Amino acid sequence: MTTSSTDPGSMDAQTSGNGAKPGPMLAADGTPLKRSLNRALRRQKLRALMLIAPLLIFVLITFIAPIADMLFRSVRNEIVQETLPMTVEALKSWDEETTELPDEKVFEAAYYDMFLAAEQKLHTRLGTRLNYELTGISSLFRKTGRAVDRFDTDKYVDDFAALDPSWKDPATWAAMFANEDIAKALPQTAHLWQRWTDFLQTKNEDPAKEDVEPFLFTSLYSELMAGADVSGLSPRLEQAAGAVKTFTPVSIEQQFIDADKDWGNHEVWATIKTYSPAYTPGYFLNAVDAQLTADGVSARPENEQIYGILFKRTIFMSITITLSCIMLGYPVAWLLANLPMRTANILMILVLLPFWTSLLVRTSAWKVMLQQQGVINDVLVWLGIISDSGRLIMINNQFGTIVAMTHILLPFMILPLYSVMQTIPPTYLRAAKSLGATNWVAFWRVYFPQSVPGIGAGSILVFILAIGYYITPEIVGGTTGTFISNRIAYHISSSLNWGLAAALGSILLAAVLILYYAYDRIVGIDNVKLG
Amino acid sequence: MADTPASDAFVEFERVQKSYDGETLVVKDLNLSMPKGEFLTMLGPSGSGKTTCLMMLAGFETATHGEIKLDGKPINNIPPHKRGIGMVFQNYALFPHMTVAENLAFPLEVRKIAKDEREKKVMRALDMVQMGQFGGRRPAQLSGGQQQRIALARALVFEPELVLMDEPLGALDKQLREHMQFEIKHLSDNLGITVVYVTHDQTEALTMSDRVAVFNDGKIQQLAPPDALYESPENSFVAQFIGENNTLEGVVESIDGNVATVRLDDGEIIKCKPVNVSKPGERTRVSIRPERVEYNKERMSDDAHTIKAEVLEFIYMGDIFRTRLRVAGNSDFVIKTRNAPDQVRLKPGTQIEIGWLPSDCHALDA
Repeated sequence: MTTSSTDPGSMDAQTSGNGAKPGPMLAADGTPLKRSLNRALRRQKLRALMLIAPLLIFVLITFIAPIADMLFRSVRNEIVQETLPMTVEALKSWDEETTELPDEKVFEAAYYDMFLAAEQKLHTRLGTRLNYELTGISSLFRKTGRAVDRFDTDKYVDDFAALDPSWKDPATWAAMFANEDIAKALPQTAHLWQRWTDFLQTKNEDPAKEDVEPFLFTSLYSELMAGADVSGLSPRLEQAAGAVKTFTPVSIEQQFIDADKDWGNHEVWATIKTYSPAYTPGYFLNAVDAQLTADGVSARPENEQIYGILFKRTIFMSITITLSCIMLGYPVAWLLANLPMRTANILMILVLLPFWTSLLVRTSAWKVMLQQQGVINDVLVWLGIISDSGRLIMINNQFGTIVAMTHILLPFMILPLYSVMQTIPPTYLRAAKSLGATNWVAFWRVYFPQSVPGIGAGSILVFILAIGYYITPEIVGGTTGTFISNRIAYHISSSLNWGLAAALGSILLAAVLILYYAYDRIVGIDNVKLG
Repeated sequence: MADTPASDAFVEFERVQKSYDGETLVVKDLNLSMPKGEFLTMLGPSGSGKTTCLMMLAGFETATHGEIKLDGKPINNIPPHKRGIGMVFQNYALFPHMTVAENLAFPLEVRKIAKDEREKKVMRALDMVQMGQFGGRRPAQLSGGQQQRIALARALVFEPELVLMDEPLGALDKQLREHMQFEIKHLSDNLGITVVYVTHDQTEALTMSDRVAVFNDGKIQQLAPPDALYESPENSFVAQFIGENNTLEGVVESIDGNVATVRLDDGEIIKCKPVNVSKPGERTRVSIRPERVEYNKERMSDDAHTIKAEVLEFIYMGDIFRTRLRVAGNSDFVIKTRNAPDQVRLKPGTQIEIGWLPSDCHALDA
């Protein structure tokens, strides 16, 4: 009876051809068919690639690369290593689990780093960075940056100069470290001299004319005290090596603590150590209201937890907006799809009209409508529905954001719904009715299930747009109606904590991708139709 | 036209009119009545109003004027879902999101029939169209012919007394269409259901129907059993529309009872059966079926009218030969002859003499 029905199995058998023959199919010239096909298609593919190349390059340069770089900032943390290289190195041997402060070596390293950073004015940037993790570090660094110049280490300068006045001459230092043997014998001081002269050169200053700073003398003192072998290298050095033991040592730790007593705070050092690696999960932890401490990951104090609330609010409000769009958009799309083409086209222009109006204008219009002295309140008062003193608060809160964004995103729901509904032939409803279904049953059992792909497409579109929306919540959201994107913008432009902004953005992106994936698994992305 | 007594009419159209725009009538004064168990086909070119009539019967269109009765009761104000009429749509309208079995269960579900009863009926309906093992498939996984069967089964599963079919075979290829024609016919005969079938395919109409209503211009041109429709068309539209037809134009000379004398435009005088010509001097179209024309002198009967013809084209069609001739100035005169062993194959350019019986020759309106 199914003579003409096509059996999918037989079709496959035909297309695979002589499937009984072993080995790959061969083309007429004996090369494998697959390869000749690929060759034939390569030119076509190449041409296709050339056609999209300008856009592809444009998008890569202006969109993908900056975004990737931006997102990468959420884990990058080289600033600590770059600004305090010696401190980071010295801190490796310090156990932050103990209650003790790091030893003098660490303070010494911090002194060198800090001095150079302060000269290059890098210390405030690092202070700002670390301040995200421990409040107060910013001012600590700023204060220390100013104080590091006035440490009592200039005593060493006097001590060395007393041995030989030529120690104060930068030319002596330049000559000394030009000698490779000396540089080898005094690696730390040589390294510091190198960093110092490099820095001076970037400022176009001649190292031979600048004063030799006390931190270099401190390093020299420290290395000679540690027993650096300088015998036979230079008489001046040998003399100094013999004399350093008579110098009165200066406690660098004390100098730091004198500059700011917070240096005696164990937490400050633990923070520096915790955030010394080049890559850190710190921003991400921050973005989920957690923090990385010496004891591992822990929740932030209750009063500092804001991102969890913001994420939840963003998602809740986006869902509300999406649902509102479905409720309002479905009947409109239905009407459009079932009207004659001419009328539908005219009405479609009305749907698209908002696209021709500036987003700011539309949002501001809502401000006019919804504010307490606004149109809606005035009308309600005039009608006597509410009293003049009991005007409704409809703006600068969640309600205002939801209303304004539903209005703005509605076309994104209507368009996919309309295009899906257009493809549902009216005969389905007729068939259902002829089979005995009432209007409602015919709609619910037959029409609605077929329009679900449109709802899905519209919802994805609206939800993804809503979850990252910025301008409207910024204008009408007040404090309770703002989204996570407003916080991201704040970190980008005001607090300048780009790492945190990037982490928040990454989480937002990941959330959207996860939702998209979940949707694909549940509904199937193939079922989404945009036109 | 209501040639069935109104008393046992099952479906009745009484002076039904339909207009969509308030300016032109799509259906003009339709009167039709059909008894229970009849297979009636509405045949006509597109835009002739046949589908509109069907939709009015189904309840998807409302008549602008007039009354439609089902089993003696006016149904104008009954919504489609309460009419209990089964319907097969042009593109089957199988619900794509339901399996075949769910599609069939749908009309039973909305009628609140218990589950086990429902399953039994679905199974029976599927077996009826020999699709028993396809219950779990989706419509998209079926071929056109299979979908057609399912659509049929769905329209029959709730045992309606009247089934409407709107060009149900239009999307199938020729062979399958012919096969399905017989299947539908047998099914409707066996179940004793009343069927109103809409098509623009005249062979389909002739092979399946008890009676055919030929629609044109919003009117029924002729309502008759297939043989009557073919052999004695009541006007030139029907003659042209049903089957192949040769037309010769002329003027009526005289009418004498059952014989009309017509002077063709080239002066030839022929005798024919007057169908809808009333008085001498009227212009007429004379219609002769190609297979009723004979050129073999031996087979021609004595009272055949003969006329000269020139062979223009000979087409071999397997079972028949189709020969195009120039007759009385008409160069589209076609004759069909059976491919018999003794049949002569006419050569283009030869002059022959053809003949036909005056009773096969109908004088129709111009």
